[in-house]
Amino acid sequence: MKYFNPRTVLLAAVCLLNLSAFAQKGETVKIAWIDPLTGLMAPVGSNGLKSFKFVAEEFNKSNVAGVKFEVIGMDNKLSPAESVNDVTASVDQGIHYVVQGNGSAVAGAIIESVNKNNERNPGKEVLFLNYAAVDPDFTNSKCSYWHFRFDADTSMKIEALTTFMKDQKDIKKVFLLNQDYSHGHQVAKYAKDNLAIKRPDIQIVGEDYHPLAKVRDFTPYIAKIKASGADSVITGNWGSDLALLIKAANEGGFTGKFYTYYVSTTGTPTAIGTSGEGKIFQVSNGHYNMGGKMQSMMAEYKKRSGDDLYIPAIAHIFNALTLAMSKAQSTNPVKVAAQLHGLHFDSVNGALEMRRLDHQLQQPLYITVWQKADKKSPYSPENTGMTLAVVKSFESYVSSTPTTCDMKTP
Amino acid sequence: MEFFVINVLNGLSFGLLLFMLSAGLTLIFSMMGVLNFAHASFYMLGAYFGYVVNHVLGFWLALLLAPLLCGLLGALFERWSLRRVYAGGHVPELLLTFGLSYLVLEGVQIVWGRSVVAFTLPESLKGPVVTLVSEPNHHLSVFGRWQDPALWQALCDSSRQSAEALSQCSPFPMNRLFIMLCALMMMALLWGVLNFTRLGLIIKAALTQPQMVEALGHDVPSVFMLVFGLGTALAGLAGVIGGSTFITEPAMAASVGSVTFVVVVVGGMGSLVGAFLASILIGMIQTFAVAIDTTLVKILLQLHIQLGDSWLHNPVLNLTLTQIAPILPYLLLVLVLIFKPNGLLGKKP
Repeated sequence: MKYFNPRTVLLAAVCLLNLSAFAQKGETVKIAWIDPLTGLMAPVGSNGLKSFKFVAEEFNKSNVAGVKFEVIGMDNKLSPAESVNDVTASVDQGIHYVVQGNGSAVAGAIIESVNKNNERNPGKEVLFLNYAAVDPDFTNSKCSYWHFRFDADTSMKIEALTTFMKDQKDIKKVFLLNQDYSHGHQVAKYAKDNLAIKRPDIQIVGEDYHPLAKVRDFTPYIAKIKASGADSVITGNWGSDLALLIKAANEGGFTGKFYTYYVSTTGTPTAIGTSGEGKIFQVSNGHYNMGGKMQSMMAEYKKRSGDDLYIPAIAHIFNALTLAMSKAQSTNPVKVAAQLHGLHFDSVNGALEMRRLDHQLQQPLYITVWQKADKKSPYSPENTGMTLAVVKSFESYVSSTPTTCDMKTP
Repeated sequence: MEFFVINVLNGLSFGLLLFMLSAGLTLIFSMMGVLNFAHASFYMLGAYFGYVVNHVLGFWLALLLAPLLCGLLGALFERWSLRRVYAGGHVPELLLTFGLSYLVLEGVQIVWGRSVVAFTLPESLKGPVVTLVSEPNHHLSVFGRWQDPALWQALCDSSRQSAEALSQCSPFPMNRLFIMLCALMMMALLWGVLNFTRLGLIIKAALTQPQMVEALGHDVPSVFMLVFGLGTALAGLAGVIGGSTFITEPAMAASVGSVTFVVVVVGGMGSLVGAFLASILIGMIQTFAVAIDTTLVKILLQLHIQLGDSWLHNPVLNLTLTQIAPILPYLLLVLVLIFKPNGLLGKKP
């Protein structure tokens, strides 16, 4: 009777496993980070770059693909034109992975230029991993096989936010105040559409747009919001535009609530301070007290740089990339894209899916409220003594929204 | 009514802050003929110095020391750098101050980082100084800080009122009043020094007849240094107040820089009173542009002008006044340059 020696079988298996799983092992994967390091949104940008470098280092210690990451920062000055140059520069330097998040106008330009490049330069393909630009068009009318979004888009965030607002009986009149560019307009549009269905009794008493990162004195806006009789404000403002708005609201005696996206962006916690307790809500794919890997990374990051790590999408990107690379047994962007397409993976907020239809990550969302840090929610950003405590969590399916994307798979 | 009053107050206080900022610029220009591109940078430095001193010694000393520091730096810059290029005319002066603004910006980012720093007002300047209460019957009453808060709190508590008959309450913050008082005091002081003191006499004389004044035994270069220092100190003072009221961050210089030039040009180059009027005008325009909800289409329709479909849905005509509020000062600048090139109160060159 013939039989295999179990040890031989094991040896063969190990050899095979080695060959297959570690074909890409030891390779260095370069990632071009294209976001602002100068200008008004520089604080947000520099935190993003530092966070990427930090999370890359954490993954370099060990990851399923056995690869090393190197993050190369490129300052796009928040300009779409500069960003296109940066994509070209990345291609020239042999970089196949581009990440960006600040500003949907910029993200749109990068998608265009990546599409063109991948069509014209076979062998030099680039993947665009979007960590924060939330314009729903990128996974609908403008969707691209080469673009992957790891944040939740505005349609999902508003879906979750309005599902929460539906049960807040004290909301009667809502004012929409947003930044005057694609993102702000999308927030207002989706908020109106969703509220009309979920709470038709809510009145939209005002809708205003102000220029991005230009307004220093929001007092006139607050006077207008008060005069409209609004009890709640929905805003997608970020950076100083949110901080100053809430500061002016406190001084101007506005007692209503704020439903926001970006309380945690650099500088905003400091500007809000202890005011606005219990009145400012945030919808996001993460929060300050998630526990697990995210919590330990945040603690380490704070220890090293004194800053806060607040973008869970960065961890999503490295988790997804390493898994896709180990499955593809390669760091080749075309092979990795084929794996990312519909990939199921685990990250800091649970089991996630990169939806095959439109490359929009399906993930849980959280509604949090600004309040004093306590035993249950101890993490305090920018040493304010305050935190964002979870008031409601939504499973991935709740905030999942349909897509009109007709993706062309190469 | 209460909406109108609170907007006037907001516009006034914002205008006066603008004046504080542009007074130094117009002073330096009228006295020395130097257009100081780095003026807003001294505003930013004032805010950051204020932040540091506030941290160590408290707000009131910050209000005193930060402008002094700014003035000292300004004077040193004039003495060791600007003075060397006077002979070359206006272009080297412009380029030098332009370069300085970049140096200051990068310096601030190196020392204090790119992010926002926590520079807030002391408790005594927080809270409302008066509260305007407009009752449902349009009766407007004013409650001061010195009165028992229970008087108006009952009126403003929305939970006790029905939605239809709601009193509107608008607090006017203490810090806004503080801005107004500071600006007015500064203006009075400046005007007094220039017009009623021996120093003011020498400064004014040194501007038109420098050789003569020098021949009379006065140190004219030192007078220029003093004026430049004074101008930058005023910017620093505005910085402490602006930085603590709004926000202290590296972009704050860029955000006010261009609008101060608008104030100076609209008011008339070198006219202090002109700068005052222009500041108030711009403060009011910006506040009311946000407050009033209208579009060109709505205005035309109200004037009973028939509009075609393409006009009714024209995206430019449908821009709200709020959306174009930020460009209004620049529109004013262009109009003034076309119709009154010397500014509201500028003298003919």
